[in-house]
Amino acid sequence: MNSPPRKPEPLIFELSRPGRGATAQHPAAEKGGEVPAGYRRRGQVPLPEVSELQAVRHYTRLSQLNFGIDTHFYPLGSCTMKYNPRACNALAMLPGFLGRHPLADAATGQGVMACLFELQEMLKHVTGMAGVSLTPMAGAQGEFAGVAMIRAYHRARGDLARTEIIVPDAAHGTNPATATMCGMKVREVPTLADGDVDLAALEAALSPATAGIMLTNPSTLGVFERRIVEIARKVHEAGGLLYYDGANLNAILGKVRPGDMGFDVIHMNLHKTFSTPHGGGGPGSGAVGVGQRLLPYLPVPVVAREGDRFRWLDERDVPGTIGRLSGFMGNTGVLLRAWVYMRILGAAGMRRVAEYSTLNANYLLVRLAEAGFEAACPGRRASHEFIVTLKREARELGVTAMDFAKRLLDHGYHAPTTYFPLLVPECLLIEPTESETREELDGFVEALIAIRREAVADAAAVRAAPHTMPVRRLDDVRAARQLDVAWKPAAA
Amino acid sequence: MSEIPADLRYTKSHEWMRTLPDGTIEIGITDHAQQSLGDLVFVEVPEAGRHLAAGDACAVVESVKAASDVYSPLAGEVASGNPALGTQPDLINRDPYGEGWILRLKPSGSGAAAESLDATAYQAAIAAGG
Amino acid sequence: MPYVPHTPDDVHAMLERIGVNSIDALFDEIPPALVVASLPGVPDALSEMEVSRLAAERAAADGRPVNFIGAGAYEHHIPAPVWALVTRGEIYSAYTPYQAEASQGTLQIMYEYQSMIAGLTALDVSNASLYDGASALAEACLMAVRAHRRSRAARILLPETVNPVWRRVARAITEGQGLKLDSLAGDPATGRIDPASLAAYAGQDITALVVPQPNYFGQLEDADALTRWARANGALVIASVNPTSLAVVKPPGEWGDGGADIACGDAQPFGVPLSSGGPYVGFMACRMEHVRQLPGRIAGRTVDLEGRPGFTLTLQAREQHIRRAKATSNICTNQGLLMSAATIYLALLGPAGLERVARACIARTAELVAALTQLPGVRDAFPGPRFHEAVLRLDRPAAPVLAALACEGIIGGHDLVRDYPALGDAILVCATEMRTRADIDAYARALGRLLGRAAAA
Repeated sequence: MNSPPRKPEPLIFELSRPGRGATAQHPAAEKGGEVPAGYRRRGQVPLPEVSELQAVRHYTRLSQLNFGIDTHFYPLGSCTMKYNPRACNALAMLPGFLGRHPLADAATGQGVMACLFELQEMLKHVTGMAGVSLTPMAGAQGEFAGVAMIRAYHRARGDLARTEIIVPDAAHGTNPATATMCGMKVREVPTLADGDVDLAALEAALSPATAGIMLTNPSTLGVFERRIVEIARKVHEAGGLLYYDGANLNAILGKVRPGDMGFDVIHMNLHKTFSTPHGGGGPGSGAVGVGQRLLPYLPVPVVAREGDRFRWLDERDVPGTIGRLSGFMGNTGVLLRAWVYMRILGAAGMRRVAEYSTLNANYLLVRLAEAGFEAACPGRRASHEFIVTLKREARELGVTAMDFAKRLLDHGYHAPTTYFPLLVPECLLIEPTESETREELDGFVEALIAIRREAVADAAAVRAAPHTMPVRRLDDVRAARQLDVAWKPAAA
Repeated sequence: MSEIPADLRYTKSHEWMRTLPDGTIEIGITDHAQQSLGDLVFVEVPEAGRHLAAGDACAVVESVKAASDVYSPLAGEVASGNPALGTQPDLINRDPYGEGWILRLKPSGSGAAAESLDATAYQAAIAAGG
Repeated sequence: MPYVPHTPDDVHAMLERIGVNSIDALFDEIPPALVVASLPGVPDALSEMEVSRLAAERAAADGRPVNFIGAGAYEHHIPAPVWALVTRGEIYSAYTPYQAEASQGTLQIMYEYQSMIAGLTALDVSNASLYDGASALAEACLMAVRAHRRSRAARILLPETVNPVWRRVARAITEGQGLKLDSLAGDPATGRIDPASLAAYAGQDITALVVPQPNYFGQLEDADALTRWARANGALVIASVNPTSLAVVKPPGEWGDGGADIACGDAQPFGVPLSSGGPYVGFMACRMEHVRQLPGRIAGRTVDLEGRPGFTLTLQAREQHIRRAKATSNICTNQGLLMSAATIYLALLGPAGLERVARACIARTAELVAALTQLPGVRDAFPGPRFHEAVLRLDRPAAPVLAALACEGIIGGHDLVRDYPALGDAILVCATEMRTRADIDAYARALGRLLGRAAAA
């Protein structure tokens, strides 16, 4: 299981030598360009001094320490790690799009605005909503926009008592965090063992204080909320609105539309469902869609078409808007990548996303169940993802979901999502996506079977995994107790 | 199995209380609580002089995987927060009922909280899945 | 089937293993009335070749005009290695580094980025980026309210010399949490905040004062005086700064007698192209005493089981996925890809290169202002020291002038009439190291013709 340790890659600062520099990148020296004395920075800026090759080699080597979709199967539940088509990057970075200043006259932006308008329209139609704003820069910002619009709706009607947002206990942490950011109170309702929301508890939670409910469908347990139409009716009857967390849109893209389910506002994660790159943590894009009721509150700006010209709508055009969420118009480069993806997929391709992601998930679920792994919601179809609980393995073999996850790395797979949702003990949330071949899925099953066998033979070895990665398991307690989050030059 | 000293009182939210000779109430979190949080990396204790109502969040305990509020079981004025926890949050892991005390409170009401549990009742509450 | 690899054999074998006859059967838990048969409004598929042609036509239609706008997004030379490196699949297609052992590349880049931002701002710690400068300002205001124990008012003084869009975003984002953002007027003669104007707030409970540097007009504020006032009045200082300027302008950590508490801004100038508006990359740094209130992701250095140095996400208990309703913010993503670009940019520029870029920007903007104010009808609005932007007053409404310049391939500046009507007919202009003497002369000639032509009519 062991392999020789690699020499750790130094910090860029440790490669620095005084007087070195990538001088091809330096503009010519200026005679002028001085800052007046009272405003001037004293001393040299603390940046590393390295050659261009040193920098290129350093960051190339660092990249080689990573797993990415381009290199590894990455079945992270709820993250939709599908292939990021290279065409999306190449076309989004065409010079005409790339070099354009966002505040340049709209006459010089008709090309990019045409793409963004088409994206708005395609997202509208694929989700069954009445309007779309592309400005939120991430899923969490999309959520914020959604809850803020719900709040604005009730306030506009003078209904100031509606301050509660209902959230299932299985929800992603951003949901209650968002509700709090909008000054709302969170009311949790339980989820039943079969994965559906507890309808009786939901009814008990509805009141004149209900502003709305935040739901993901399929839910974070990987199953479709079967009584969604009824839930929507009850919430609307109680005077609340429905918010759709689009994290799991991949499961139903092109087959079911959130607008048809009764949702009043949705956010989409373009960096999940629409293949834009995760980039080691971002950028995302959290476009929002709304039904008729919430159209007046959309965040601005939004692209409109007037004849054959495109124009940005702003606060003057949408006086009830919840406002601006970004310095300009959202993550345009990400939006262009999503536009390319949707144009290449077309209508039929959207539907195939739901079909083949669901096929892959159900195939994996059946193979793992046959191999003796325990599904969290047995008897239910997987959506595009499903949960396996390793609580029995934890009890009988002393090997946890975390240990399985770390050992999977040694087998050449990025681990699935672990310990989310919080409701299921020792869980792995597995989402293969539609990008993967049957052989890749079979290999993953074989790896999990092998790890369980290893756990029977030598549990301690599995608990000490990973063994073959650039580092062994890291001490996160020490990281928090002895906080070292910035390199400082040694005191002179 | 977690330790539950018989001479203390407890709350459903996993705090314990001890009456000190001078009448102040010493408060901390139980062994069960520190086990489920894991190695603590940070503790925020309340300032002396702060007034608390029963049920107020008065301290925060943070591990790498969770952060929890500590709720004051009683109303009163904070006499002191444990100064050692600033540099040694792990005292709570090592000695939750002794050196890992979190705050000392001058109670404003009658003293014992009406809804506190004895050791047996707290044991039962944990077993029931508290 | 683009991006879907299944052959009919695959499908057949998989369905058989699952025990159903068709893929549709896998959706049998969904009420049939919800399943749509078609997607009206979504066009048919195009091949990559066809989309490439369409995209190329549209990008070409937008052209490559010469740009003289800053206003929060700045055009700088991006060294070729930056995007060659960040579009490597291991960086581009990697996820958030939750499995640290499989993400040491991302985590070390985050740590290096944090170190560089902390060093540039002369503060103790930085996070691993936020969405953009506007939302970073909003998050800084929320952070100041959390961090300032003694202040009850949740009241932030927000100067009108701060980017007006950023101020609107800060309002939109903080509104739900009961913050009061009070407008602080600038001095119309200087285009800066007059420190004496703060006397009106003496003795009041002010949680924080935002100090831009440079401000939206490109003017350098008296950051030392403003910081001293804030300290004396028990308020925290939030610095909203241009990152390139930090190479030559006194950084927030050295303002006044004790420095600012929080610094934020947009690091787009570091290796991130204008790209029609985004994605950009917000930064935030602070003093060590406030680190637990810092929103967003943070990478920390530690060791592994064998004592080898390594990196992992830390202080996560503040974040949404653990604290849920009590999180410091609902923030989930950082701008990993752009943060990586910024880190590589700074490694390539180094201290000497960044200083040269900053000085070139100052020099080019001075040349631009000199060239344009030679024309009758064009005046420099503010006399004080500036970084790389200026406000020019015109003798007629700016919009038609800018539109006419655009027809000639020149993006002449940003019309200030909507956000600053009191300035009259004024534009905000910027010249970075990308603008040559020839660009500036061409602009002056074009503007001279436009203004001269109209005057003669």
